[in-house]
Amino acid sequence: MTQVETQSRASVPAAITATMAAAETPSIAIAMLGSGGSGVMTAAEILLRAAARAGYFGLMTKTFGPQIRGGEAAAFVTLSTRPVETQADQIDLLFAIDWKNAERFAGELQLGPDTLVISGDVGAALPDIVTGPRPRLGEVNLKTLTRSHKGVRPNMVALGTVGGAIGLPRHAIAELIAERLGKKGEAAMTQGLTAVDLGYDEAANFAVAKLAPPLGDSARWIISGNQAAGYGAIRGGVRFAAAYPITPATEILEWLAPRLQKIGGLLVQAEDELASINMIIGGSFGGAAVLTATSGPGLALMSESIGLAVAAEIPLLVINVMRGGPSTGIPTKSEQSDLNIAVYGLHGDAPHVVTAPNSISDCLFTAQWSTHLAEAMQVPAIMLSDQSFGQALGIVEKPAALAFATHRAVAEAPAQDYQRYAVTASGVSPMALPGTPGGQYTADGLEHSESGTPSSAVNDHNRQLEKRLRKVVEFDYGDHWAQIEGDGPAAIITWGSATGPVRQAMRRVDPDGTRLRLISLRLISPAQPARLAQALTGCGQILVVEQSQMAQFFGHLKAQFDLPPMAGLYARPGPQPFRVAEIAAKLEEWLS
Amino acid sequence: MTPTTPDTACALTARDYKSDLKPVWCPGCGDFSILMSITMAMAQIGRPPEEVAVISGIGCSSRVPAYTNCYGFHGVHGRALPLATGLKLSRPDLLVLAAGGDGDGYSIGGNHFLHACRRNVDLTYIVMDNQVYGMTKGQPSPTTPPEWDSALVPGGTGLRPFHPLVIALAAGANFVARSFSGDANGTAQIIVDAIRHPGFSLIEILSPCVTFRPEERDWAKQVHPAAVAETGDRAQAARRVLTDDGFNTGILYRGDREPYQPAFHPVEVEGADFDADFLP
Repeated sequence: MTQVETQSRASVPAAITATMAAAETPSIAIAMLGSGGSGVMTAAEILLRAAARAGYFGLMTKTFGPQIRGGEAAAFVTLSTRPVETQADQIDLLFAIDWKNAERFAGELQLGPDTLVISGDVGAALPDIVTGPRPRLGEVNLKTLTRSHKGVRPNMVALGTVGGAIGLPRHAIAELIAERLGKKGEAAMTQGLTAVDLGYDEAANFAVAKLAPPLGDSARWIISGNQAAGYGAIRGGVRFAAAYPITPATEILEWLAPRLQKIGGLLVQAEDELASINMIIGGSFGGAAVLTATSGPGLALMSESIGLAVAAEIPLLVINVMRGGPSTGIPTKSEQSDLNIAVYGLHGDAPHVVTAPNSISDCLFTAQWSTHLAEAMQVPAIMLSDQSFGQALGIVEKPAALAFATHRAVAEAPAQDYQRYAVTASGVSPMALPGTPGGQYTADGLEHSESGTPSSAVNDHNRQLEKRLRKVVEFDYGDHWAQIEGDGPAAIITWGSATGPVRQAMRRVDPDGTRLRLISLRLISPAQPARLAQALTGCGQILVVEQSQMAQFFGHLKAQFDLPPMAGLYARPGPQPFRVAEIAAKLEEWLS
Repeated sequence: MTPTTPDTACALTARDYKSDLKPVWCPGCGDFSILMSITMAMAQIGRPPEEVAVISGIGCSSRVPAYTNCYGFHGVHGRALPLATGLKLSRPDLLVLAAGGDGDGYSIGGNHFLHACRRNVDLTYIVMDNQVYGMTKGQPSPTTPPEWDSALVPGGTGLRPFHPLVIALAAGANFVARSFSGDANGTAQIIVDAIRHPGFSLIEILSPCVTFRPEERDWAKQVHPAAVAETGDRAQAARRVLTDDGFNTGILYRGDREPYQPAFHPVEVEGADFDADFLP
């Protein structure tokens, strides 16, 4: 810790205030810092929500220390007139309610000389990570303000200061305070509003560029990737779920549990992941559309039984929210390193579907689509989301109510000679559901004949292997297999949460959109080499971008997608999210 | 799919619940009689075969679903209970049986056994206990005596055998019984009682493995009906089963715990609108 001289609010040079206050910016990056219980997350979330109501887009991510409760917490909020897919390269405004253990965020707090750092803890030493980049410094004496105004909470003063500094209309915040604190009584509401007013008064002393007026007033949602995934699954028809808590997937379950209940469905907390996957296999065998959600360690435990669902042709959705690995790894941070286990982790030749959303709101679409695929092909689908989608809260355009009619081929009136695993033209065999007279069969992980009778005969094995592969390979995935943008001669192939930073970097490097082309794969497996070749028509340069040390995506593309040998690679592990500047620099280097 | 009223005098016989598949079991295996007991019990219960599901894991006895004419699921090793749980919770209209052996249920599936007892879903769990892994040709299971010699564990495990009945009682099973495969009628009757009793029922059936544990043929001479009547007192039941010779047969315990069966009446997609959750 270095004790540095901080500018008191009175000593902020008037010249800076005058020149900067007039400036407008389309995008602003805010960080709020405080120890556990200081309420930074609440303040940041109200800020995000107020910005959404005022017509802005935004993204909020959170970082916590390893403590269950307490410890330092940081919220990062980027607000913009345009959709935000990744946190900005550098923070414009940092408000610290206090500085306890703030060094923990070294590497995450990207500060620069233009950053304005406001310390709410007057007199406290500022950590080196803050003073190092020599930002502009200011103070708000939270202790004095909260002492002199009864019931005023420091986080609400901080909220008002930040809201005022970036030019967010006060009423947008006041409205939310009234909604939230109104329930707690008149006094609480008044205190909250007083706090925000005090903050707005303080803000007048700081020079930060204001947010430019919002563009348009399209319908917006505030949603996290985990909520979006849960809702997508519900839209896809999922009504039964079983799961075991795991970071960073638990929010999917906690969002789903009461809502499934509301629509007559059910989420069961299982004793472990082995149980969760088998419970949903049982539910699906009975006819329900089902899901479980987990992260790497849980997916590893489930692998054997996902193979059972392949062999027994049981549709189900596994949402795997990736985190840093291997082993327990970094549960609260993101990485794209579960591709191999999702695609190649089942024993035997076990064709199944692996999908990946490419944005927070695409978690909704992809979860719905994945449910549709699983049901249509009677196959397990693994959707690879990740922590950076799952636990981030985004202000997004209201997603379309895209309704796939999820449909499972069911044998409603089985014929005398009904065969559960009949080899059909599509490879999909109508499934008799328990309760249906004449449809009785035993679903089996043992290889079987068309009737389902266990068999180790060469012919049965070959015929069943062939139909199980054919049904997923020959299925028509339509245009959803990838998100393709632009038609420049240099293509960037990426997937999942790398897509947002790549897209924003492309805009920076190629503002006219004439040089670059984005291909973000939503269908990871089965591979679509012909479609990729088509999408690459006219490309003279290819770069693959992914967040995995061992370049799992690149390896998969080379092995399964006929990736041209000239393709380049930019791969690195998590847990640091990709920054736009980082990708842009790589693109410049690659194009030169 | 409205369940038919149980015990109606329909013309179903044990034969209607049997498939025409020939079991893989060794001649003399206790599981043959248990299969017969299951089909006899089904006929007495009277639910048509399509309304019954038999769920199993892996092992000799876990082959049983395909030998019935019911819906069946022969899943992976040790996971019959969660699979059966998922089916019953989403399809409360079905009669769901889980079946398997001592290795499947008490070793690899041990955690699910505990939680199935405590969850108390309305399932009947039939364990055909031969105190050995038969399908992998003779290794000690959790119920094998400590001194039993085998190639995998020469000189015996030296470990105290697992006591499924007392563990089921402690974990919350609502119906606990022991039976012997050689007594097909008695076993069938216990299965009927277990099915009729709400909640999770465990029937531990001593089923000799004539191939790897030929000495278990003597069980026929050792088993005897319990001298005392069943109880609803968990502690009393536990005391009895901890102090008996391991060959008492009959219903040990019948509890009155409410089964776990949350409502499951899913609505269609149109009724599932949560857009309002996401308005700013």
